[in-house]
Amino acid sequence: MDSIKAKVIYINGPVVKAENAESFKMREMVQIGRKKLIGEIISIEKDIATIQVYEETSGLEWGEEVVSTDKPLCVKLGPGIIGNIFDGIERPLDRLYETGTAFIPEGIGLITIDKEKLWDVEITVKAGDMLLPGSTYATVKESSLIVHKLMVPPAIKGKAVFVEKSGKYNIEHTVVKLEGGNDVYELKLYQEWPIRDPRPVSRRKPIQTPLITGQRVIDTFFPLAKGGTAAIPGGFGTGKTITQHQLAKWSDADIIVYVGCGERGNEITEVLEDFPKLIDPRSGKSLMERTVLIANTSNMPVAAREASIYTGITIAEYYRDMGYNIAIMADSTSRWAEALREISGRLEEMPAEEGYPAYLPSRLAQFYERASDVETLSGENGSVTIIGAVSPAGGDFSEPVTQNTKRVVSSFLALDKSLAYARHYPAINWLNSYSGYIADLSDWYEENVAKDMLELRAKMLRILQEENKLMEIVKLVGEDILPDDQRLILEISRVIKIGYLQQNAYHKDDANVSPQKQYRMLSVINKLYERALDCIKNGVPISHVKKDDLFYKITTMKYNVPEDRLKLLDAMIEEIDEYYDSLKCKYGKGECKL
Amino acid sequence: MKIKYLKLDKIDGPLIMLSGVKHATYDEIVDIEVAGQKPKKGRVVQIDRDKVIIQVFESTTGISLTNSSVAFSGKPMQIPLSKDILGRVFNGIGEPIDGAGFYAENKYEIGGRPINPVGRKYPRNYIQTGISSIDGLTTLIRGQKLPIFSGDGLPHNQLAAQIVKQAKIAEADAGNSNTENFAIVFAAMGIKHDEAEYFKKQFELSGVSSRVVMYVNLADEPIVERITTPRCALTAAEYLAFEHDMHILVIMTNMTSYCEALREISSAREEVPSRKGYPGYLYSDLASLYERAGMIKNAKGSITQIPILTMPNDDIAHPVPDLTGFITEGQIILSRELFQKNINPPINILPSLSRLMKDGIGEGYTREDHPDVANQVFSAYSHVKDVRALAQVIGEDDISEIDRKYMEFGRQFEQKLLNQGFDTNRNIEQTLNLMWELLTVLPKEELNRLNPELIQKYYKG
Repeated sequence: MDSIKAKVIYINGPVVKAENAESFKMREMVQIGRKKLIGEIISIEKDIATIQVYEETSGLEWGEEVVSTDKPLCVKLGPGIIGNIFDGIERPLDRLYETGTAFIPEGIGLITIDKEKLWDVEITVKAGDMLLPGSTYATVKESSLIVHKLMVPPAIKGKAVFVEKSGKYNIEHTVVKLEGGNDVYELKLYQEWPIRDPRPVSRRKPIQTPLITGQRVIDTFFPLAKGGTAAIPGGFGTGKTITQHQLAKWSDADIIVYVGCGERGNEITEVLEDFPKLIDPRSGKSLMERTVLIANTSNMPVAAREASIYTGITIAEYYRDMGYNIAIMADSTSRWAEALREISGRLEEMPAEEGYPAYLPSRLAQFYERASDVETLSGENGSVTIIGAVSPAGGDFSEPVTQNTKRVVSSFLALDKSLAYARHYPAINWLNSYSGYIADLSDWYEENVAKDMLELRAKMLRILQEENKLMEIVKLVGEDILPDDQRLILEISRVIKIGYLQQNAYHKDDANVSPQKQYRMLSVINKLYERALDCIKNGVPISHVKKDDLFYKITTMKYNVPEDRLKLLDAMIEEIDEYYDSLKCKYGKGECKL
Repeated sequence: MKIKYLKLDKIDGPLIMLSGVKHATYDEIVDIEVAGQKPKKGRVVQIDRDKVIIQVFESTTGISLTNSSVAFSGKPMQIPLSKDILGRVFNGIGEPIDGAGFYAENKYEIGGRPINPVGRKYPRNYIQTGISSIDGLTTLIRGQKLPIFSGDGLPHNQLAAQIVKQAKIAEADAGNSNTENFAIVFAAMGIKHDEAEYFKKQFELSGVSSRVVMYVNLADEPIVERITTPRCALTAAEYLAFEHDMHILVIMTNMTSYCEALREISSAREEVPSRKGYPGYLYSDLASLYERAGMIKNAKGSITQIPILTMPNDDIAHPVPDLTGFITEGQIILSRELFQKNINPPINILPSLSRLMKDGIGEGYTREDHPDVANQVFSAYSHVKDVRALAQVIGEDDISEIDRKYMEFGRQFEQKLLNQGFDTNRNIEQTLNLMWELLTVLPKEELNRLNPELIQKYYKG
């Protein structure tokens, strides 16, 4: 069948209309004009199709041809994805750079993962085997950390009638032929998948494991879950991107898909320069060995920005199907929503709230619902965790993107301007944030960290909330007027805030903290609180209870206790006991060890 | 032989519409001849079959449906560039307006292609502005885009002039002397005559005129040219930075006027408005300007942008500062309160931020203690704000002794560090020493952001 050819009749930015297009299908990918710009059909009326174009339309002419490709917008899934950087429709940016210019040229057509590179393929099936959807027929060592399993695509099954020997092949090489029914399927080293369709799984499992991030405020207070969803909203300058970077660096997922959606070019460059140098604490290998970057910076074409998060999630799902735990960071979903709005505006659709199209909530929900902890088609366990940054206009959380996101995510890490102004990082507000996973994860914490971890968590949160209430009074009358036990709450809150919640992303012992160390640190603070409270109840004045250098030492323990010397924290507990024992003794209430 | 189209269908504000066009490409430039006027240019902004909408540069005054002719050039907008642009003044579409002609062999498209993130170099070296609050607390990095958020009547122009006058590149990669490879591109959008004059005069007084290229679109000039002014300026900046390895500082003022021009045209095109009537693509449009700052791998030069915008009604949540803040790498915010206290430059450091600062300061760039001491000053000054609020309620006499010390720190910080005036030039050493001097007002135990070694070395309390 000849491909259908239509004619361009209307051009307005990224929106193009073509006539003579009655046989185009919705969401089909097309190539437009002499430069073969890539676009997607987004509506059809009579014989006129509306196309959103993923490249700059400058220079396009009325009457140019639109050629159908007869398939929806797809990504190629195969070895060569890990450690790579792609644009919003999976074109490798490093290959574009090798063409000789630091700028992105136009009309580059459809290139994706490397076709030439030879991979060491190990075939794991033999002729005559019956292969079902999702079963593995070969493996490739894609990076030092990732073994890439080549799986039979979801809709295909059959008997292997041809099996290639293990060896070095490029991705276009057919390694297995399957005979199923009347068809013969050729399996290469890749498969294609339409980005807007979730990949099928055998079943979804309930949430049960946290995604450990090494960030105290998250792991202790507002945990994320493998297969769960989280949103990080915050106005500009509150540290969304740095929080996302921290999560990408330190979370215990097997693979990180980082989608820079409409953000700054320099930030992507920073990731590109930093990540290869950073060492993953769990594997001892470079972080780039487990990272995929999708970059569509704010000045790249807006339609590709809309597609970029789907490209990212499809890649994540593909690796999930191999049995990996994936965390996908989308920075920022607001830019994606704005891309929707921009295209919707050009289509002259009726706007809903703040100019956003009425289908914004449903699109957001569809995206976040692709997060899951699953049993894959081949029976393995894998998960996709979505962590989306939200950039509310003016830092106002009542705007539509934040509100609609809030409805579909379970962890909400609210970034706060005033904390950021005081350089309290990560600027996650402990009063507005929440995590819906505490109940699901309590078993895990009890088994893997400590029995009383969640109790301590609740207690510290109570102290912080109490402090918030007391601060209202302090703002009116000053701190001196409060009774001593309440002043102690303020002092302990200060220790929690500075010594525990604040975390220095650039300090070697503080950037990433294990849950065990988090628990021990929390125990030290708890000990300090309990002993100090006990003294105050026995009439010791706060001026003595708050021993400056002891408090200072506890506040700075985060810098002075490396992961491999957690015993130092026990010493600190002893020191606390010693000081308050002697204090109590001095005031004649306790046992004196003289 | 080019076809000329003689009849228009409609004229509406800056837009003209004509039909029956055979070959028009999106975004191309057209030449318009109007009887009795000098030729004008326009740009194709929409094609609907044979109907074309053209945005006219200059103004549509005097055009009738029958007195003009339109010829299509087939090319997007280009401007001629050579190194001779230094010291010259151009209008918003790149024509010289300082009395002399200008010719250059090579022409450059003003649209600008996005820089491939793989082709970028991460900015890591700082520019010394000689202004303590910027150098010390919101350090400007080469290749950064750091806007000034101001309000009407605040001295942003003086601040910009001071930066231009004092800016010095720290030459770690020495070899070139400062003056030769450092130049300024100035884009004026919708500013007043006297503001333009002020800048010209300041450039002359400080002896930098020969290193400045100006693209000027004044408040009473056509708004369509306001859209192309920054694009011409940035194309010139890219040319100097990436073809001649120069370090370019681009000052763009006033971005608010630019955005209003965009809104005016959008509404003339009857587009669906989004927030406050601004078009839905305002973010993408601003990004297409701001993202042209930076450094690339195969060139030695850099483009640093300082866009200036006035926040309508001092509202930072207004779409223009808001969207700008999401694209730029930080912001410098001027405060009316400090200005009224006669503290100049009135930079409100708490909400101000330089995102690239962390990688361009400290050992090897400024001084080892810089990151920590800056952090400490921020945290101390933010506490000052709380203490002041408290003192207002209960009176300064009743606050605790330590809080009184914070009050003193706040006073000294504003008087000594912020209030340096528009003529003082401090080097980075002086700025950092001054910050330590201020911290000595506070007792050692309060300095919880500093590591003990640094305190030992620099704290003289």
